[in-house]
Amino acid sequence: MTAVVGPSVGDPVRGRGAGPRRRGAPARPAWEEEPSAAGLAGKGVALSLACLAILFPLWIVVVTSLSSRATIDEAGGLVMVPKGLTFIAYRELLSGGQVTRAALVSVLVTLVGTVFSMTVSVLCAYGLSRTGSLAHRWLLMLLLATMFFSAGLIPTYLLVQSLGLTDTYLALILPSAVSVFNILVLRGFFMGISPELVDSARIDGAGDVRILWQIVMPLSRAVLAVITLFYAVGYWSAWFNASLYLNDQDMMPLQNVMIQLVQKQEAPVGLSQAIRTGQLSGLAVQMAVMVMALLPVAVLSPFVQKHFRKGMLTGAVKG
Amino acid sequence: MSHSTVPRDGAEASTPATTPAQSGGSTGSTGSSTGSTGSPRGRGAGRASLRHRFRRDRVLILMTLPAVVLVLVFAYLPILGNVVAFQDYDPYLSDNGVVSILNSPFVGLDNFRRMFEDPAFWNAVGNTLVLFSVQLLLFFPVPVLVALLINSVVRPRVRAVAQAVLYLPHFFSWVLVVAVFQQMFGGAGMLSQLLRHHGYDGLDIMTDPDTFPFLLTAQSVWKDAGWGIIVFLAALASVPTDLYEAAAMDGAGRWRRMWHVTLPALRPVIALLLVLRVGDALTVGFEQILLQRDAVGTDAGEVLDTFVWWNGVRNQDFGYAAAAGLVKGVVSIGLVLAANKVAHLMGEQGVYKK
Repeated sequence: MTAVVGPSVGDPVRGRGAGPRRRGAPARPAWEEEPSAAGLAGKGVALSLACLAILFPLWIVVVTSLSSRATIDEAGGLVMVPKGLTFIAYRELLSGGQVTRAALVSVLVTLVGTVFSMTVSVLCAYGLSRTGSLAHRWLLMLLLATMFFSAGLIPTYLLVQSLGLTDTYLALILPSAVSVFNILVLRGFFMGISPELVDSARIDGAGDVRILWQIVMPLSRAVLAVITLFYAVGYWSAWFNASLYLNDQDMMPLQNVMIQLVQKQEAPVGLSQAIRTGQLSGLAVQMAVMVMALLPVAVLSPFVQKHFRKGMLTGAVKG
Repeated sequence: MSHSTVPRDGAEASTPATTPAQSGGSTGSTGSSTGSTGSPRGRGAGRASLRHRFRRDRVLILMTLPAVVLVLVFAYLPILGNVVAFQDYDPYLSDNGVVSILNSPFVGLDNFRRMFEDPAFWNAVGNTLVLFSVQLLLFFPVPVLVALLINSVVRPRVRAVAQAVLYLPHFFSWVLVVAVFQQMFGGAGMLSQLLRHHGYDGLDIMTDPDTFPFLLTAQSVWKDAGWGIIVFLAALASVPTDLYEAAAMDGAGRWRRMWHVTLPALRPVIALLLVLRVGDALTVGFEQILLQRDAVGTDAGEVLDTFVWWNGVRNQDFGYAAAAGLVKGVVSIGLVLAANKVAHLMGEQGVYKK
């Protein structure tokens, strides 16, 4: 069985225009018509609108989280134009208490989970990267088949419960620790590394662990970065398993606290006094929680952006 | 953010990641345990070499073990738990689910019979199919169009910045996406605030059952349409420029080049993604819907997955919920295989090929 996740990638060489060109100037091939002014304007408007639809709500959330109660009352709710920024909402949320604890839980689960998932996945991907090794096909089939079925929510729930993982953070890590898709992407990349390089290292006496650590991994930084981001975002964004397996409200990660505070509009534990007496705006607190959830992702993902295509497409798998 | 992607992408193309030379070596293997013909390592066959091959590859096998064990425990082992679908499962028999399963009475197909007579189940099925159809019609074409738009932008700077912005929401959690939509379109959201400011009544789109499928689709577009363009961009980039040049020389204008060169190049990718989507038709965004199920009510907001969740996790009616989950799982496998079959018949690759 051969699974094909995406087309193999050739890449654009758009610079066919004649003569030297300025950096950043359009590389339009000689045979292509000059674009009409209306066409250019239309494209510009469409792209700007698409970007605006994404950025405008985020702007409102960030500005409101930084606004004082007076500004928010004056605007009648959400604030579009910043006026006299204040960090009071963040200061209150991060001075211990429910949200501080939840943020710490999320950071820890994400860190531990990502390291664990990456270790397991990289080892497995390397172990399966040599076609013709013993049991290679069997093991690959075993993993591939899981992409076609799901055992179902109820049996999985009963299993996690039977394993005694309820009310432990392991329940947030182990059931979702391995993504077969990610392993296949890593494996596809490892398989592309020049076999001569690996063979010569083997002749020099290097074992598989050493080859993986000193040759394969340094050559795979780009794909490792992408898969690390995928796993980390997965752990950071997860909330369902916590709602399923954790009963203690004090153990909840940030996303679950965000459901309570923002969606269900509950006042954060310990801060209701400050909100009622008027120093703190409840709305600013909600927005600040949202910013805390989106900030790490928004800061990290653009750094890995240039490698996304690799992470999405080298999963083209050969059995 | 400010990297110019085009030269970098060019460098990516020279990485050996997708060269098939390496993996092509296994084409001659005849069975699961005979080795590859491509390398000298798997030359021997028979009993004597099995021990040899084990000694040679034991480190590799050992490396796969942690992942294999996790997959066996959390993907394969729970399949057995589906027996509760045929039981009157009592979760209070024991703290341990396995003990409860062993002591619960079997009731044959009672759970399934009850399910097929339950209007709530058929409501969930109906909602699932409506949501799938609306999403397929309104979501699926968006990434193709955005990819064509981005692809026609030649300035590398503009491309890179636009891509960075468009990819971003894919990495947001559903909790965050739903919260953002609530702040924009909810009863106390930006839209209502503006309407009230100008003397109109505010409106709450987040709790309106009639527009719920469109709300969900809008959220999916906002979150994932940008991410969806990656696959199409790659396919567009792999079209040889000569084709465009030749078409232009023959007098094909911008639109005819798109119709006769660009779209045929995208066809296999579109077919593949359609197959994947249809195969997954009964899964329509579990987390997204669960988060908003209470706000719109179950008439519009209950789908198969949330039906299973409600009956099992909330009502502790595990046998009944597992029965619904099992039906969904079996039908889904059938759909995946059927969708692939159709793709093969149409001459496309599908998810796998023999």
